[in-house]
Amino acid sequence: MLITCPYCGPRDVSEFTYQGDGNRQRPAPASQNLDAWNEYVYERLNPAGDHNEVWQHSGGCRSHLRVVRNTLTHEISSVAFARGHVAHRSPAKRGTKT
Amino acid sequence: MSPRRATSGGRIDRLRTIHFTFDGAPCTGHAGDTLASALLASGVTLFGRSFKYHRPRGVLTAGIDEPNALVTVLRGDVREPNIPATTVEIYDGLVAESQNRFPSLAWDISAINQLAGKLISAGFYYKTFMGPAIGPLKGTRFWMLCERFIRRAAGLGRAGRAADPSRYERMNAFCDVLIVGSGPAGLMAAASAADNGARVILAELDARLGGSANWSGEIIDGMPAAEWAAGLAEGLKAHNNIRVLPRTTVWGFYDGNTLAALERVTDHKERLGKGEPRHRHWVIRAKKVVLATGALERPMVFPGNDRPGVMLAGAARRYANEFGVLAGGKVALFTNNDTAYHAATALQKAGASVAAIFDVRANVSDAMRNLASDAGAEVHAGHAVVGTEGSRALAGVKVQRFDSTNGALSGESRTVEADCLLMSGGWSPAIHLASQAGGKAQWDAELQAFLAPQAAGNWIGAGAFNGSFSTAEAIAEGHAAGLAATGSKAAANDDLPVADAVAGDPAPASVFEIRANGKSFVDFQHDVTAEDVRLAHREGFVSVEHLKRYTTLGMATDQGKTSNIPGLAIMAEALGKPIPEVGTTRFRPPFAPVSVGSLAAERYGDIRAERLTPMHDWHLEHGATMYAAGLWHRPMVYGDPGETIEQSYVREAKTTRETAGIVDVSTLGKIAVQGPDAAELLDRVYTNMFSTLAIGKARYGLMLREDGIALDDGTTWRLGQNDFLMTTTTANAGKVMQHLEYFLDLIWPELKVTLTSVTDQWAGAAIGGPQARAILANCVKETPVDNTALPFMGIVHGRIAGVPVMICRLSFSGEMAFEVYCGADYGTRVWQALMDAGKPFGLVPYGLEALGTMRIEKGHVTGAELDGRTTARDLHLDWMLSKKKPFIGSAMMDRNGLATPDRLQLVGLVSLDSRALSGGAHVVEELDEQNPHGSIGHVTAACYSPALGKYIALALVKGGKARHGSRAFVSDPLRKRFGPVEIVSHHFYDAEGSRMHG
Repeated sequence: MLITCPYCGPRDVSEFTYQGDGNRQRPAPASQNLDAWNEYVYERLNPAGDHNEVWQHSGGCRSHLRVVRNTLTHEISSVAFARGHVAHRSPAKRGTKT
Repeated sequence: MSPRRATSGGRIDRLRTIHFTFDGAPCTGHAGDTLASALLASGVTLFGRSFKYHRPRGVLTAGIDEPNALVTVLRGDVREPNIPATTVEIYDGLVAESQNRFPSLAWDISAINQLAGKLISAGFYYKTFMGPAIGPLKGTRFWMLCERFIRRAAGLGRAGRAADPSRYERMNAFCDVLIVGSGPAGLMAAASAADNGARVILAELDARLGGSANWSGEIIDGMPAAEWAAGLAEGLKAHNNIRVLPRTTVWGFYDGNTLAALERVTDHKERLGKGEPRHRHWVIRAKKVVLATGALERPMVFPGNDRPGVMLAGAARRYANEFGVLAGGKVALFTNNDTAYHAATALQKAGASVAAIFDVRANVSDAMRNLASDAGAEVHAGHAVVGTEGSRALAGVKVQRFDSTNGALSGESRTVEADCLLMSGGWSPAIHLASQAGGKAQWDAELQAFLAPQAAGNWIGAGAFNGSFSTAEAIAEGHAAGLAATGSKAAANDDLPVADAVAGDPAPASVFEIRANGKSFVDFQHDVTAEDVRLAHREGFVSVEHLKRYTTLGMATDQGKTSNIPGLAIMAEALGKPIPEVGTTRFRPPFAPVSVGSLAAERYGDIRAERLTPMHDWHLEHGATMYAAGLWHRPMVYGDPGETIEQSYVREAKTTRETAGIVDVSTLGKIAVQGPDAAELLDRVYTNMFSTLAIGKARYGLMLREDGIALDDGTTWRLGQNDFLMTTTTANAGKVMQHLEYFLDLIWPELKVTLTSVTDQWAGAAIGGPQARAILANCVKETPVDNTALPFMGIVHGRIAGVPVMICRLSFSGEMAFEVYCGADYGTRVWQALMDAGKPFGLVPYGLEALGTMRIEKGHVTGAELDGRTTARDLHLDWMLSKKKPFIGSAMMDRNGLATPDRLQLVGLVSLDSRALSGGAHVVEELDEQNPHGSIGHVTAACYSPALGKYIALALVKGGKARHGSRAFVSDPLRKRFGPVEIVSHHFYDAEGSRMHG
């Protein structure tokens, strides 16, 4: 599997570290809503198909990347820097494929 | 003259004779022969004994699909078993042995298994050896009794015990187009892709390029196909943008067009060239892949189809045309398709007498009848072979009338004399790589074969791989594939080579098995018969996946290359379903066996990276016993002559507490946290406040994970308004860095902070003990180090031995202590200066053991307690949990489950029997050494405490704090240790901290 890092170009997957489901929504830091925290910390989407994932180019520029990967074919349809793309989004769309 | 060598023909070098041995007997062949062709040429018919029944077996195929003729190749003391003789190129001095026979190939004692055939049919092992012991001859216990004998009788070759001295290599390659297979289709694809300027790799598993052109006997562009192919292959060499890899099996097709291949660089050579590896493992990343892998012929299933002398028709054609070897003197053929007629032609031309062709089809075309009559063969349409005669070689075949529409036999059977029977059950395209790449195979009813799905990725198929079995189609498709792979298109008026061949019907009759009395083999290598498949069906195995596992059909080293389709057809018939509904198993890598050595290549022995501190050599020179802590090598103790490890660390710890000691702390994780929002980030990731920290001061901090569990601890130093130096535990340095980066990138991208790992940039030494300050005063220049200038948790900058240093007064040992940091390259210089300054005071270096001892005495936590399950409260660090701000983990840390009173909590243990305690021992309440039970926790770290004069330990114990003062037992059955302990506070020593505050 190759991931095309926006800085470094196409690199072997062994240079990257999987950092989990990219659909997770972190509640506001002071939130006391335990259900929301529980969902953020423990719940993961596991779609058969396109999945929003976070990967870190840990063996390269160390950027975190938002990667859309097809879990059936391992085909990667998009890669973007994570930084600056996410703040606190509303946790409305869970359970749907994005 | 060899009895089976044709007088002319073939692509062997008749002028060069090669000498080798098979089962100890001297043999000869010619350069260009395989072991199989050379032995066949010498008249050998018996190549091995079968897996289960020890039936005599000959050679079935001429290539990588061979299930029968497996041999062991010896080089020196190294044995390589289970190599198909059809793939071994002979060289002078080759030593090969047959397998699975005792005492000899001709007289094999286990051949008696043939008489027990009924007893060892499919599922024999499951039925006999699995489950509870009922009666004396059943069950798992019976298996344990029999295993040794069965393992010896059943199976394949024997692996050697000698270490393999060969060298293996790994290579990475990138190309525009990878072409797998160099038959007419592959060669054409390579030529047109290379002409278009693409970087091309052409991989061929055989030694010689050309594939079917080497044995088809056809004419291309007016010359023999083999010459045409050789000319085209030679022409490819003129291109500098093509790399040709002969003897290279592409065995894996992975994501992103990454393919794995094995190149057998020197297996065909008597001696290795200088620097040559035995095998080379290739990882090839190709923009496009052209699959021109051809097709594999299928056997017919009928009684006695495994007798030596029964061979695939295409294989015999190849032996005749490519090696000048006759599979037999008097040949009969049995077929369900037209290709066998071409084999008859080839055998007749090479000098064999072709007795008859038995064709299951009622109607045979005139073109084929003409081929047969040219070959002098009688055609018996609507006939089938129902048995074979002979023992270690074929003597005759029994035939009967056969109706291909219903499979019925009729009339009397008669025997036809023949020493060789060539069979053809049709051809299966070699779609293995496409299947690995993810495509689901599709059944083609006309061709009676599974084809690779089209347009299923970044590969293009060509030739027989596509089910296009004629050479003309292969040439056209190869040409088009090579162009398509490079982004252009073939035109109708492209000037293509012209193949001249008698066209046959590519479609076989839908006949896979002739049902008659006797063992009809489907999987030759695993001895699976048609009856085994039906037995599996009767016993309820209806899925093809289960069928495969129950009968082991297709699970041998040949992975069912010849047996999958016949097996599937028989299962489909038993189920009364068409083949596509039964489905097929997915092919998985590897396509053919891969040497483990090539996968490891240079990576053997201890392959971990080594991390050494700047003072590493000093430690070794001063008698340190080193200890691997993760990748780091750290001094365990600096032992004096005659000391035990315990005596050494006790002396080191005691001296530190009495005078002074110094320890290398360069391994601590160090992260520069810099930027206008650095303090804000620290407030969010640590449980306590850092924005209030004064410049020039340090603070101890604790980090939690999102789920409220403790992650790591360490001190962070404020070097400037926006400049912090964070330290982490040695083990968690990478994890903490990643944790911080994740939050900065994903959660708080608005924070203006940069993180830099500076672990390797700073060398660090911690010097502690009552005399530590005096020692520093003795060597530090440009700054005072007294209590005013350097209070607890204060930081000063100065010089030692002319080297700029940064000194922070903090303590892990519990003594008045200082961490001295300098640039890594000056580590030894500063360390030595500290040692020199400390000499008058009796300063000693100490290692991890003494460090651990002093931290256990102080009750400080490290990785053993921060085990991913403990909370701040469990470790009595709840005083560090700020209530003024949210931080990572603050929302989850108060969940009920993390706050119950019976959680494992940090306590101290004191041994009451004056014996050592051990990490990992359980803590139990009841005195029951024989049957220890009811664990209430476990020991995390243990030592002898020189300060207390006792064996002590830290432990995590349920409801630990409430148990202070009570007694329990440690139980460590593996190390035979059981004994009483007292549960106490984890602060064993100087709980008020008066010593470090001085």
